[in-house]
Amino acid sequence: MNATLLLVQALNGLQFGLILFLIAAGLTLVFGVMDFINLAHGVQYMVGAYLVAAFTAWTGSFGLALLLALPSSLAFGLLLEAVVFRHLYDRDHLDQVLATFGVILFVDEGVKFVWGAAPLNVPVPDVLSGSIELMDGLLYPVYRLAIILAGLAVGALLYVLVHHTRVGMLVRAGASNAAMVSALGVDIRRLFRLVFGFGAMLAGLAGAMVAPILSVEPGMGDTVLILAFVVIVIGGIGSIRGTFLAALLIGLVDTVGRAFAPDLLRVMLDPATASQTGRALAPMLIYILMASVLFFRPSGLFPTKR
Amino acid sequence: MSDLAEAQPVLSTGARRRDLVIPGLLFAAFAAAPFLAAASGAEGYVLSLVTRVMIYGLAALSLDLILGYGALVSFGHAAFLGIGAYAVGILASHGIRDALVQVPVALVASALFALVTGAISLRTKGVYFIMITLAFSQMLLFFIRSLAAYGGDDGLTLPARSLVAGQPLLQSDGRLYWASLACLAGTYLLCRSIVASRFGRVLRGAKENPTRMEAVGFHPFPYQLVAYVISGMIAGLAGCLIANQTEFVTPAFMTWQRSGELIFMVILGGLASLHGAVIGAAAFLLLEEQLQGLTEQWRMILGPLLILVVLFARGGIMGLLQRGRHV
Repeated sequence: MNATLLLVQALNGLQFGLILFLIAAGLTLVFGVMDFINLAHGVQYMVGAYLVAAFTAWTGSFGLALLLALPSSLAFGLLLEAVVFRHLYDRDHLDQVLATFGVILFVDEGVKFVWGAAPLNVPVPDVLSGSIELMDGLLYPVYRLAIILAGLAVGALLYVLVHHTRVGMLVRAGASNAAMVSALGVDIRRLFRLVFGFGAMLAGLAGAMVAPILSVEPGMGDTVLILAFVVIVIGGIGSIRGTFLAALLIGLVDTVGRAFAPDLLRVMLDPATASQTGRALAPMLIYILMASVLFFRPSGLFPTKR
Repeated sequence: MSDLAEAQPVLSTGARRRDLVIPGLLFAAFAAAPFLAAASGAEGYVLSLVTRVMIYGLAALSLDLILGYGALVSFGHAAFLGIGAYAVGILASHGIRDALVQVPVALVASALFALVTGAISLRTKGVYFIMITLAFSQMLLFFIRSLAAYGGDDGLTLPARSLVAGQPLLQSDGRLYWASLACLAGTYLLCRSIVASRFGRVLRGAKENPTRMEAVGFHPFPYQLVAYVISGMIAGLAGCLIANQTEFVTPAFMTWQRSGELIFMVILGGLASLHGAVIGAAAFLLLEEQLQGLTEQWRMILGPLLILVVLFARGGIMGLLQRGRHV
């Protein structure tokens, strides 16, 4: 293990963490404001990726495809909200888990029906292809840097929206006590649709951004969804700040852990055992992290509900 | 959910007798199935399908014990199926093929996993509990997938079904059928007596109103933990049976989709009746079988169906049956 490799992995972890943040932000706000647990949020991410793949094939330009994919994911999210989710707000979490699980089954299969089961590839846009030398001997793909920058920009935008605008104030108020906000004369349902649509769009954006570096395939949202849940649970449900920190933490721990766990264990164990244990341990790290955070702080790092 | 609990006050003897009708019919149907299967001409197919129904019924039953009676939404119950299945698979690959060793090992492993994860998970409430149980099952899934010595992602083929006391008692499908039925019936009776006992009442009380339970002097945590451990052990037993039926163990037994399906089985059958969970498992698997025969995109039908069940069929199949009886 050397410093350059560590830095590359740290950047990859940062990029992964920011993608997770885009997905988890919508999830945590929807959950925080409406107490609505939406397993189908990962579907938004997948749909975002598929839409950008389809639009890229159609228009030939990734930038144009991204511009088209955003409103389409927003529309898709609002459609789901109107058809299914709206009827579940007053139900308990169990019903919400099940019904949104049904949505996942349907959309995963639907995507397979429309685009086939084989993974799609989206080419990296020409402007952002290639690598640049960040430091001596450290080449990093431009596209991944672009994702990091875009993720940071969206994060900053979200921070300003949530903490320095009137709507953001209502969202925060809703997350800490929705009934009180409603009693003060705010149409909480409309507020929720706004938050929901915005969250769906962010997840769609995350999917669209990773489409060129991952393969676009049915079920790609499911793994990410579970990670996003780990993120919001660690961060404290409803807290944007907690989600941001937890997303970066999970991104870094997962990426760096996978890359270096075998090497680290080699200090204590013989090489064969170390690489075996390391490979077994690395994917478990984030779940161990989550369990230990919840052990000491059962409502996450930054609980919003009083 | 609370209306279901209220629907179960102290039962009059008449109601108690009526309460026996549905489980009685259910188990009679299971007992009659092999004979009907022999007459149907597709004996092997029917037998293996009904065996699968009973095994998943057992798993759903275990989930109903904590979900229906304790309101503990475990979204990682498939992990225990995996533990049971892999206990059989791993021991068999080392030449230990006797169920009298495999099953106790599976039960102890499930109990330990449930004890440790339950002790941590039960500190949390509501959605945090859902997520942490999910996280633990994912953790185990990744661990199993990384075990290259035991097949990793590809799974593990059993050399043959388990022996019982050195005898090949489970080798024929018919024998496995009766063994599964015996496990299901025995567990059902056990769970019945658990929920009717003082322990079961504390569990239900903690579900209805934990604060009040504390006030009358019961700390729910140990009761919930014991229920979680029992439930995990039953699911582990179901895992042993699955491994024996398919003669193949794979990480696919313990994916979170499988956990979701188990919850669906319980809800579809109706929460907190125990036999409802078994009926739910039967309905789910038969439905799946039908839909798979119908179209390759069967999940596009199953998904919306699931949503409709949640939205409109509250109380599941048992709820419909009871509603029909009151009218």
